[in-house]
Amino acid sequence: MNFENRFELIRTFAAVTISLILGFAIILLVSDEPLSSIYYFVIGPVLKTRYIGNVIELAIPLIFSGLATVILFQTSLFNLGAEGVFYFSGLMAAIVGIGLSLPAPLHAIVAIAAGGLFGMLLMFMIGYFKAKWNASELVISLMFNSIFYGIGLYILNYFFRDPDIAGFASFKMQKTVLLANIIPKTRIHSGLIIALVTVLLAYLFLYRTKWGYEIRMTGINGDFARYSGMNTTKAIIIASIAAGIISGIGGAVEVIGMYDRFRWAALPGLGFDGALIAMLAKNKPGSTIYAALFLAYIRIGADLMARMTNIPSEMVFIMQAVIILLISGGKFLEKYRQKALLREVKKNA
Amino acid sequence: MSNNVLELRNIMKVYSNGVVANKNVSFELKEGEIHAVVGENGAGKSTLMKILFGMERPSSGEIIFKGSKVEIENSNKAIDMGIGMVHQHFMLVPSFTVVQNMILGIEPKKGINIDYNKATQMIKELGDKYNLRVDPEMKVKDLSVGMKQKVEILKALLRGAKILILDEPTAVLTPQETEELFVQLMKLKDNGHTIIFISHKLKEVKSICDKVTIIRKGVTYGTYNVADVTQSQISNLMVGRNVVLKYDKSKSEAGKAVLNVKGVSCKGAEGKELLKDIQFTANKGKILGIAGVEGNGQRELINVITGGRRNYDGEVLFNDKNIRSMNVKALRKSGMSYIPEDRMTQGVAASAAISENLAANRYESQEIKSGILMDVKKLSKLANKLVEDYDIVCKSIAQKVESLSGGNIQKVVVARECSIEPDILIAEQPTRGVDVGAAEIIHKEILKLRDRGAAVLLVSADLSEAMELSDALLVMYEGEFVAYIDNPSETTEEELGLYMLGVKKQSREEIRRAVNEF
Repeated sequence: MNFENRFELIRTFAAVTISLILGFAIILLVSDEPLSSIYYFVIGPVLKTRYIGNVIELAIPLIFSGLATVILFQTSLFNLGAEGVFYFSGLMAAIVGIGLSLPAPLHAIVAIAAGGLFGMLLMFMIGYFKAKWNASELVISLMFNSIFYGIGLYILNYFFRDPDIAGFASFKMQKTVLLANIIPKTRIHSGLIIALVTVLLAYLFLYRTKWGYEIRMTGINGDFARYSGMNTTKAIIIASIAAGIISGIGGAVEVIGMYDRFRWAALPGLGFDGALIAMLAKNKPGSTIYAALFLAYIRIGADLMARMTNIPSEMVFIMQAVIILLISGGKFLEKYRQKALLREVKKNA
Repeated sequence: MSNNVLELRNIMKVYSNGVVANKNVSFELKEGEIHAVVGENGAGKSTLMKILFGMERPSSGEIIFKGSKVEIENSNKAIDMGIGMVHQHFMLVPSFTVVQNMILGIEPKKGINIDYNKATQMIKELGDKYNLRVDPEMKVKDLSVGMKQKVEILKALLRGAKILILDEPTAVLTPQETEELFVQLMKLKDNGHTIIFISHKLKEVKSICDKVTIIRKGVTYGTYNVADVTQSQISNLMVGRNVVLKYDKSKSEAGKAVLNVKGVSCKGAEGKELLKDIQFTANKGKILGIAGVEGNGQRELINVITGGRRNYDGEVLFNDKNIRSMNVKALRKSGMSYIPEDRMTQGVAASAAISENLAANRYESQEIKSGILMDVKKLSKLANKLVEDYDIVCKSIAQKVESLSGGNIQKVVVARECSIEPDILIAEQPTRGVDVGAAEIIHKEILKLRDRGAAVLLVSADLSEAMELSDALLVMYEGEFVAYIDNPSETTEEELGLYMLGVKKQSREEIRRAVNEF
């Protein structure tokens, strides 16, 4: 492994370690029973098959949103629209699940395709504004998140809300649309397979097709891409579309994999998590699997801890914030890097 | 105690991208001397000066100022110590007047207002004292390059600089302006100033410097009295071997006109004429050079030809097709290769691998694809071959381009552009900022390409390069061609200098010889 990659790995591990230490420190400060808190937080998720299942179930949507964000980040687009797409595409998949009557595997495929299609359309709009008018994709995507959420909520409330049950949810989806459980004693569904296949496809797309090449070169150096004759406007739009399809599929898979009704009364937050996953994965499609598992693990750990002890699970957000801060802060460990570089150079000299 | 004002001991500087700019640099500066620091482009001169001026911190080593060890944390500290710097690329605000630029940060006040009268007075006095006269009321953007440089020098003097660092001051000057600068530098020296003169032009070093320190590949190779060494001795130390910029050039027959530029003119944003009725042809098997002081329209001309600028009059035919109907991709696909002036902004994707950079002009061809997917094996085979053919020094083709030295980055660009067998190669300052070894390889590749029958358009501010490589040479001045020279290696730099400055101009008919339509 070359110096640069090794350093990035060390940096990521250091950021994660510091956040864990901070997590422990908070537990020690506020908990009456710190040892059992830490115990549930760290070991909890592997205590029961069901808990391991929880981690993997949670990792599935995170892989999708992570992948979508990886593609956007590689294009140098700071687009956080995966959040709104997750919500809206999830709703569209649920509507397909409620309204259409199709045989079992086909029904799910149609629902997922609907999610992907809407994801594509929504992200296309954001990409188009960026590419054509150089509008800030960050601002637009955040605004669109609210807009899609509002429209989705309207559709849900006025057309698909089930008035007969307490709480906020849609009518029941038909059984034919729901994704099959693939591992007994857990709720892990076939969405896991779709997620892993998507990782492979995203890798091939980014690293082995001409579109992926254009997208990455546009992201690294737009002037170079234009000088080489690439259409950077097109590259931005293609990247947005790809990210939209993936996050749309993610939203659909989550809804028809985990629920029997559409139950999101607020934005699920899964799309935003994509940014964290992409950062942890260093924008590498394959690494999103590990990053998603890690994030899912500490979240489930925090949940278990909250259930068993008096520490609220929100503690995990402090840790997430620290990780983002340290990884995105370019100067973190810069001194160490300088020294290591100097050593390397002197060794080679 | 010695009378060294400034001393550097074993300075090493590693940039955060892993580039080792200075490996072991030591030198001593005595009061009142003009001390040249010579080295090739990329030898580490500029980094060394940035360290002296507090713009970069050394990774190891020490700086001794007037007998005591110092840390120069930032440029303010350097200015406090009496060190001033004139950058290669001027640090001036173009829309401000000379006065406003000079007093930036040290404004004389009258109440809460800036006392412009006093400032103007100060600048006039200073200018008279050192014979550096500039009009304080002029806007900097209206000044000539030579004048801007004077402003920079005055700016440093106004801040009390006793040690003046000049980073390649003559690079942008005409021979005549250079003469003038030297007179002023001698005057500064007589007034007790110490000057560090960075250059790679030995003639200039010989003519005004007292001492010369030689730096090669980040290591200093001693300081000499200029009087004691000859130009060729310095040159040998600089390069580490004898370099002769002479190539065995076979005679070439000009073939078909690949590029035909017909009466191209264009205007800038402020209505200034950037190009005036440019006509020439670039023919197969011929290297056509375009010489001139930078900023006389070369950039705009290349922009038009490479499809970057659409707003112009006249027309450009590439292989008999009007380029207005073609976008950059179409131009590139129909056989136009282009080595851009600035390799870091245009020429490469710095944080991508060498192999990926080499793929940029063939990523859609089956040369590196199988079906719709890129073929990793084909790509690495191609990349390894190019790395070998063009002598690119790297650990592997997966290495990021940004971790290579300037010369090797340029070789990546040249390898990519030359290896597709283009109909025309447009080479814009192809060896700027690269070491002599790399320059030699690049020159030879350009010559090989010409021998294989490609047309080459070479834009170069480096006169010896333009003269030695070109089969014919056009000189550009203020947006138009002022001379066409059909035997460039026979002409002299002085002669070219006169054309470049607009002192001499050939007749229209003579310049028209640049059009060879076959």
